[in-house]
Amino acid sequence: MIKSVMVMNTQGKPRLSKFYDYQPVEKQQELIRSVFGVLCSRAENVSNFMEADSIFGPDTRLVYKHYATLYFVFVFDSSENELAMLDLIQVFVETLDKCFKNVCELDIVFSYSKVVLEAASSAIALVSKSVSSWRSR
Amino acid sequence: MEQLKTIGRELAMGSQGGFGQSKEFLDLVKSIGEARSKAEEDRIVLHEIETLKRRISEPDTPKRKMKEYIIRLVYVEMLGHDASFGYIHAVKMTHDDSLSLKRTGYLAVTLFLNEDHDLIILIVNTIQKDLKSDNYLVVCAALNAVCRLINEETIPAVLPQVVELLGHSKEAVRKKAIMALHRFYQKSPSSVQHLVSNFRKVGLLRLCDNDPGVMGATLCPLFDLITIDVNSYKDLVISFVSILKQVAERRLPKSYDYHQMPAPFIQIRLLKIMALLGSGDKLASENMYTVVGDIFRKCDSSSNIGNAILYECICCVSSIYPNPKLIESAADVIARFLKSDSHNLKYMGIDALGRLIKTSPEIAEQHQLAVIDCLEDPDDTLKRKTFELLYKMTKSTNVEVIVDRMIDYMISINDNHYKTEIASRCVELAEQFAPSNHWFIQTMNKVFEHAGDLVNIKVAHNLMRLIAEGFGEDDDNADSQLRSSAVESYLRIIGEPKLPSVFLQVICWVLGEYGTADGKFSASYITGKLCDVAEAYSNDETVKAYAVTSLMKISAFEIAAGRKVDMLPECQSLIEELSASHSTDLQQRAYELQAVIGLDARAVEIIMPSDASCEDIEIDKNLSFLDGYVQQAIEKGAQPYISENERSGMLNISNFRNQDQHEASSMHSLRFEAYELPKPSMPSRIPPVSLASTTELVPVPEPSYLRETQKVASSPSVSNADPSELRLRLDGVQKKWGRPTYSSSETSTSSSTSQKTVNGISKVDATGTVNSKAHDNSYNSRKPQVEISPEKQKLAASLFGGSSKTDKRGSKAGKASSHAVEKPQTTKAPVKSSAVEKIVVQPPPDLLDLGETTVVSSCPPSVDPFKELEGLIEPTQVTSSVNHGVVGAANKSPDLMGLYVETAGSGPSTDDANPLSGLTNSAIKNAHEGTTTQLSKGPNTKHSLEKDALVRQMGVTPTSHNPNLFKDLLG
Repeated sequence: MIKSVMVMNTQGKPRLSKFYDYQPVEKQQELIRSVFGVLCSRAENVSNFMEADSIFGPDTRLVYKHYATLYFVFVFDSSENELAMLDLIQVFVETLDKCFKNVCELDIVFSYSKVVLEAASSAIALVSKSVSSWRSR
Repeated sequence: MEQLKTIGRELAMGSQGGFGQSKEFLDLVKSIGEARSKAEEDRIVLHEIETLKRRISEPDTPKRKMKEYIIRLVYVEMLGHDASFGYIHAVKMTHDDSLSLKRTGYLAVTLFLNEDHDLIILIVNTIQKDLKSDNYLVVCAALNAVCRLINEETIPAVLPQVVELLGHSKEAVRKKAIMALHRFYQKSPSSVQHLVSNFRKVGLLRLCDNDPGVMGATLCPLFDLITIDVNSYKDLVISFVSILKQVAERRLPKSYDYHQMPAPFIQIRLLKIMALLGSGDKLASENMYTVVGDIFRKCDSSSNIGNAILYECICCVSSIYPNPKLIESAADVIARFLKSDSHNLKYMGIDALGRLIKTSPEIAEQHQLAVIDCLEDPDDTLKRKTFELLYKMTKSTNVEVIVDRMIDYMISINDNHYKTEIASRCVELAEQFAPSNHWFIQTMNKVFEHAGDLVNIKVAHNLMRLIAEGFGEDDDNADSQLRSSAVESYLRIIGEPKLPSVFLQVICWVLGEYGTADGKFSASYITGKLCDVAEAYSNDETVKAYAVTSLMKISAFEIAAGRKVDMLPECQSLIEELSASHSTDLQQRAYELQAVIGLDARAVEIIMPSDASCEDIEIDKNLSFLDGYVQQAIEKGAQPYISENERSGMLNISNFRNQDQHEASSMHSLRFEAYELPKPSMPSRIPPVSLASTTELVPVPEPSYLRETQKVASSPSVSNADPSELRLRLDGVQKKWGRPTYSSSETSTSSSTSQKTVNGISKVDATGTVNSKAHDNSYNSRKPQVEISPEKQKLAASLFGGSSKTDKRGSKAGKASSHAVEKPQTTKAPVKSSAVEKIVVQPPPDLLDLGETTVVSSCPPSVDPFKELEGLIEPTQVTSSVNHGVVGAANKSPDLMGLYVETAGSGPSTDDANPLSGLTNSAIKNAHEGTTTQLSKGPNTKHSLEKDALVRQMGVTPTSHNPNLFKDLLG
C-alpha cells in the first residue's frame, strides 16, 4: 500500500505531502528532509527506485520521478509494483496537467488547496491502497 | 515576470469561479514565496494567524469568506504553525448544506485532525447524517472523511451504514464504501471480523459488479484477506482467472486503457492475488497457466506499464507451481530487462532473477555478465539489489568472491543502516559457507575492522567461541593451526589505528588465550602489544579490562610453564595506573594480575589452566552439598528456612515477634529479589566478641566509622540502655549502605553458582563434548578458480561456476549455538558489566568489608597462597587480591547460612522501636554464634581457590567483597 506521497522542488521545499499513517508535523518534516537528502545526491541516469528502509522503516520502497523543478515521490511497501508506481506518478502528473493546463510548480504553490482537494477527492486519499481505482476516477 | 503572469492567470481562474481566492490570500502566498528567511516567513504567518483569529470569530462572516479562511488555516498549518483555534470552525463547516462548503469542511477536518482528536466525536454525528444523504456527492465526501477520521472506537457507529452503501446505485459510492471497509479492516481487523466471512460474499458480489472500478477496488481488500488466509479463497481462482482473461482481452471500456494497455493496474493486482493463491498449489496453478502465458505474449514491452505487467507475471510464475514453458518465457523477459539500457528495467530484471532462481537456479548462468555489469554500475540502488541477488545465490563454491565483493562495497559506503545489513549478511554467509577456517577468520577480521561497531556483539562472541572450540572434530592440529593463524593475523592488525572496540575485545581475548600457545611469539612481545592496546584505547574500559585479563593469562601461562616472568616496564606502569583507576573492575583486575604473578607454578596452573575456556561448568542449583550444614544447624535449634512467599505473608501480620527482620526486608517491597541472599548483613550479627578480634587483626584506616558500627552492633547485646537511639543511627547506616550491599551479594552469588562443582570430573567430559562436532570437510569441495583472461568472465565464472552444486554445509553458527551448555565467554561481557556497575555502587557493607576494601595496597608477592590463606600469617595479607578469589567460592555456604540466620535471628537493619524484641534478637544472635563460625569453616579454601581460578580464567570475575572469608580464616 502507498504510505506517503510527496512533491518537493529541487531545492527541497515540500510542495505537497500526504502521509497515510498519522505522523506528527516534526516527523513529517524530518522525513521529507531525509528523502530530499537522498534524492538530490542521486545521479541523472540512475534508476527511479530506492529502498527506503533507513528512512521509513522496514519493507518500504520509494519511487520518484523528476519533472522540471519538482520531484514526485511515492513511498509504498512490497505489495506494490515499482514500475506500476512509476506510472502512477505519471497518471498523477497527467491529472494535474489536465487540471491546470500545463502544470508547473507555481500552480501547486498557488492552488495548494485545489491540489490537495484533487488528491483528497481522488481515491488516493481515501484508501491509500487502491492503485487500481486511480484509473477509473 | 513569469510569476506575475502566473498570478494573473491565477486571478483569472479565480474570477472564473474556481476557488475564488481573494487578493489578500494571493498576497499572502506571494509574500511567503518571496520571504528571504525562515524568520520572515514566520513573521508573515504569525501576522496571518492574528488576522484569521480576529476575522474568523466575527459573527456572521459570509460563508464564502469563511471557506477562504478555512483554506488559509490549512495553509498556515501546512507551514508548520498551530491553527487549532480554527478547528472548530472547520468542524462547523461540515454541517453546511452547500456541497462545496461541506467538502471544504471535510477536507480541512481530515487535514487538521487525527483520528484520536477530541473533536472527532462532534463529527461522527455529521458523518452519520451525511452517509444517509440523497446527494451521492455528499455521501462520497462523508466516506472520504470516514477513512481518515473514524477510529477503532467509532467504527461501530458508522459500520452498518457503510455496509448498506455497498448496494448504492452509484458506482462511485459503492467503490468508496468498499474502500472504507478496507480501511476499517486495516485499522482494527476485529471490528469487521464478523464481516470477513460476509466480505467474501460481498467481495464476490462486487467482483462481479458491472462497474470495473468497483471490481478493481474490491481486489485490494481481497488481496489483504488472501494474504492472511489463502486456503479459504481457493475457490475464487476461477473467477480471478476469468476476470484477468477478460481484462487482457480488452473487454473493459476504453477509458480504462492506459498507454494502450487494458486496465494495467487491475491486471497487476490480479496477478499478485494469483501468485498468492497458486503458491505451492498445483491444481490452482494449472488454471492460471493459459492466461499468464497469454499476457506474456500480448504484453507490449516498449511501454513502462507493459513492463510492469511483465514483471508481475514473472513474480507470479516464480511463485506458483512451476511450469517449464512459463519459466522459459519469464527467462526471456528477464533477459530483455537485463539487456535494457534503462536502470529501472535492469533493477526489475535483477529482482525478477532473484525470484526465479529459487525455482530454476540454472537461469542465473545465462545472465552472469549482465549481473556483473549491474554490480559495477554506479547506481547505488541497482548495486544493492544485485548484492541481494548474490546473497540469495551464494553457495560454498562462490562464497569467497561474493563475500569479498560485499566487504569491498561495505567499506565504500557510509550509510550505517545499510552497512550494518551488509555486515550481518557477510557474517551469515561466512558462517554458513566458509571454505576454510583461515578464510573465515580473515573475513571476520575484515568485517570487524570496518564495521565492528555495527555488528552485534554476539558475532564477536561467536568468533571467540569458534576459535576456542576449533572447527574440527578430532583434529587438534587443525585447531591449533587455526589459532596460531588467528593470533598472527591479530598481531598484524593490532597496530592499526582506530579499531572498533568489539574487535579489540576479540583480539585481546585471543591473544591472551592463545598468544603464546604455539611458542612462535614470546610472552613479552605479546604483553607489549597488549599494553599498547590498553594505552591506545585508554578511554575504553571494556577493552582495557580484556587487555589486563589477557596479560594475566599470559603471565600465568608463563609461570605455569616454569619460565620466569619479567614485567615489562610499560606493563608495570599500566598495572600501576589501573590499580588507581576509577573503575573498580579495572582496579580489581590489576590487583589480581599482581597477585597471580606472585604465586608459584603449581598454584598458577590450577588457577589458570591453559586452553580451558571451553570447559563446561556444572551448576548444582539445589545446593545439595549444603544439606549437611542445614541439618546441623537445625539440630542446633535453628529454625528451618521459610520460603520467601511464606515469609512475606507473615510480615503483614505483625512485627511483634522474632521475625522483625522480615519486616525490615519487606518494608521496601521493591528490594525483594535482592534480599534473597542476605549474606552481607550477616557479619553484623557476629557477636561482639568476634568483632573485637577482627578489629585487632585488620588494620582499620577509618576507625571512626568502624567504631561507630561496632558500637551499634554490639549495643543490643551489651546493654539496652539507650537502644532506640543507637538503633536509629544504625538504621541510617544500614539504609544508606544496605541496598548496594545486597546487590553486591547478588553478583557474588551469580558468579558462585557458576563456580560450583567445577572440578576435575566435569573437565573431562567437557572436553569430550567440545570435540564432538560435525567436521567441516569443505576444504576439498572448493572449486579451483577458472583462469580466463577477461576479468569479468573470471568473476562471472567464480560467481556462477558451480551453481548446480549445492552442498550447503551445516551452519557453523548453528553448530556453535547448539551446545546445550552455555559457554562462559558468551556471558562474559554482561557479567562483567554488571559487576562493574555493582562495584561502583558498592560501599563497605560492614566493618569487615571496610577493612578489606581500604587496605588494598599491600600484596606481598612471594608468600605461598595456601599458607597465607589457611594460616593467616599476617593480617595485612588478608586483603591481598588473591583472597578475593576465595571469596567467590567460599561464599556459597555462608550465603545459605546468612539466609538462614536472617530467617531465624534479627538483622541490624531491624527497624523496631521495641526494646524487648531487640533483646530477643541479641539473644538469638548469641545462640547462633556457634553455628556461624562452624559453618563458615566448611568450604575447603584450596578447593575454592581452584574453582575460582577456573571461573576467573573463563572471564567471570567474582567481585564481591565477602566478609565471610575472614570469618572463615579466623575460625
